Amino acid sequence: MLIRVLEAIGRYVLRKLNYTGEIVMLLIATFRQLNHPPRWKHVLRQMSHLGVDSLTIVSLTMLFTGMVLTLQIGHELLRFGAQNTIGGIVAIGIGRELGPVLVGVVCAGRVGAAITAEISTMKVTEQIDALRVMATSPVGYLIVPRMIACACMVPLLTVFGDIIGVLGGWVIATKYVGISSFLYMNSINVYVEAYDMTGGIVKSVVFGVVIAVLGCYYGLRCPDGAEGVGKATTRTVVASIIMIFMLNVFLSMLLYR
Amino acid sequence: MIKLENVCKSFDGVPALKDVSLEIEDGETMAIIGGSGSGKSTLLRLIIGLIKPDSGRIWIDDDEITHMDEKELDRVRLKMGMVFQYSALFDSMTVGDNVSFGLREHTDLSEDKIQEIVAEKLELVGLPGMQKMMPGELSGGMKKRVSLARAIAFAPKIILYDEPSSGLDPIMTGKIDDLIIHAQKELNVTSVVVTHDMASACHISDRIAMIYEGELIAVDTVKNFKQIDDPRIRAFMKSVELHEKGERE
Repeated sequence: MLIRVLEAIGRYVLRKLNYTGEIVMLLIATFRQLNHPPRWKHVLRQMSHLGVDSLTIVSLTMLFTGMVLTLQIGHELLRFGAQNTIGGIVAIGIGRELGPVLVGVVCAGRVGAAITAEISTMKVTEQIDALRVMATSPVGYLIVPRMIACACMVPLLTVFGDIIGVLGGWVIATKYVGISSFLYMNSINVYVEAYDMTGGIVKSVVFGVVIAVLGCYYGLRCPDGAEGVGKATTRTVVASIIMIFMLNVFLSMLLYR
Repeated sequence: MIKLENVCKSFDGVPALKDVSLEIEDGETMAIIGGSGSGKSTLLRLIIGLIKPDSGRIWIDDDEITHMDEKELDRVRLKMGMVFQYSALFDSMTVGDNVSFGLREHTDLSEDKIQEIVAEKLELVGLPGMQKMMPGELSGGMKKRVSLARAIAFAPKIILYDEPSSGLDPIMTGKIDDLIIHAQKELNVTSVVVTHDMASACHISDRIAMIYEGELIAVDTVKNFKQIDDPRIRAFMKSVELHEKGERE
C-alpha cells in the first residue's frame, strides 16, 4: 500500500518535472529566436489584441480594488488619526502588489486563454504542421510576437491599472471617508517612492512572459479535438494564476528586501 | 529522389510502420494506399520530417534527414510542398496571403512579383481572383485547391498529398486528380499521394504502394499492381469497390 502511494507520488512529481523542463526548453527556444529580427507587424497586432483590448477589464478591476482597499483601511486609519497616510498606503499597496498581481491574473484569464485557444486550434487543424512544412518556426512565428507583446503590454496595463486604482481610492477617500483631496495626494507624494512603482513594473514584465509562454506551451501541447482545446485553455489559466502568485512572493522578497 | 530504408515508427508502443523501405524516383507520382490507420499519413509525416523514425533512415535527394534538427530540416523542406488532409489553411489570413506565405517568408521578391505568382497559381488551380476571400468562405474542394496553390507557389521539387480527395464528391475528386496530374506535368515534380481512393490512385500515379497494418506489402506499376495475387490487396480493392458502388447507389 505504502509502496503504491509512493509510486503514485513519484509519478506525479516526475510528470510535473517533465512539464517544467518542457516549459523551460520552450522559454530558451523563444529567447534564442530573439536573435532573429521579430515580425513587428505581428507584434503590433498582438499588442493591440492582447493589450489594448484588455483596457476595460483592467480599468474596472483596478478601480474597484482601489475603492474597496480605501474603504477597508480608510475608517480604521481615521480612528487612529493616521488619515494622512491613506493615499500612501493605497498607492504602495497597489503599486507594489495589487497592481501587478491583479493585472497579471486578469491577463492570465483573458490573454493567456486567448493565446492557448488560438494556438491549440491551429494545432488541431494542422496549421502548426503547415508552418513547419513551409520551413517556418512556430516558435519564431507564433510565440516570439506574443511574448514581446505580453512583456510590453502587461507592464503598461499595470501602470494604467495603478493610476486607475489610486484614483478609485481617491474617490472613496474624499467622498466616503471624508479626507481632503490635498491630504490624499500629499500622502502619496510623501510616502511613495519611484521604486514602489518600478518594482511592480518589473514583476509585471515577468508575469507577462509567464502568461505568454504558458499560453503558447499549453496551446502547442493541446490534445486533438474540441475538448482538448477547452482543457488546454483551462490549464493555461490555472497554471498562469498559480505561477503569478508563487513568483510574486519570490519577486517581492527579491525586490523589496 | 525520396528513399526510406528499414523505417520503423511506433506511437506509445503501438507500431505504426514496420521496417518500411521504399524508393521514389524524381518526377514520379507514387500513390500510397491502405486502410484507415494503416500508417500512410505517418509515412508522409516522416518524409517531410514532422516526426522522426524510431529506427531506419530517410533521404531526400542527397540529404539524410533522419537525424537533422529543425534548422537543417527547414533547408530541405524548402524543396517540398504539402497538401494536408483538411487543407490546413491559415484561417486568419486571406487566400492570397496563404498562397504567398512561403514567398514572403523565404524570398525577397517584390510585392508585385509575389502578387503575380499568387494570381498565376490560383489560376492554375481554377480559382482566379480569389485572393481576397477568407478560408472560412470556401468549400472543402476550394480549400484543397488553395492548399495545392500554396504548396506549389514556392516551386517545390516534391509535393506530398495527404488524402487529397477525402470528403469530396466524385466530381471534385476528379478535378483534384486532374490538378495533381497537371501540376506534375507542368512543374515536373515528384508527387507522393496518400489515399484510400483506388480509382484516384490508378488515375494519377505511375506506381502504387500498399501499406497494410504498418507493413509495406506491395509496390508496383499501376498495371502490375492490379494483378498482384495477394489476399490483403484483393480484400482492400474489393472493399473499396463495394464502398464506391454503395456511394453510387
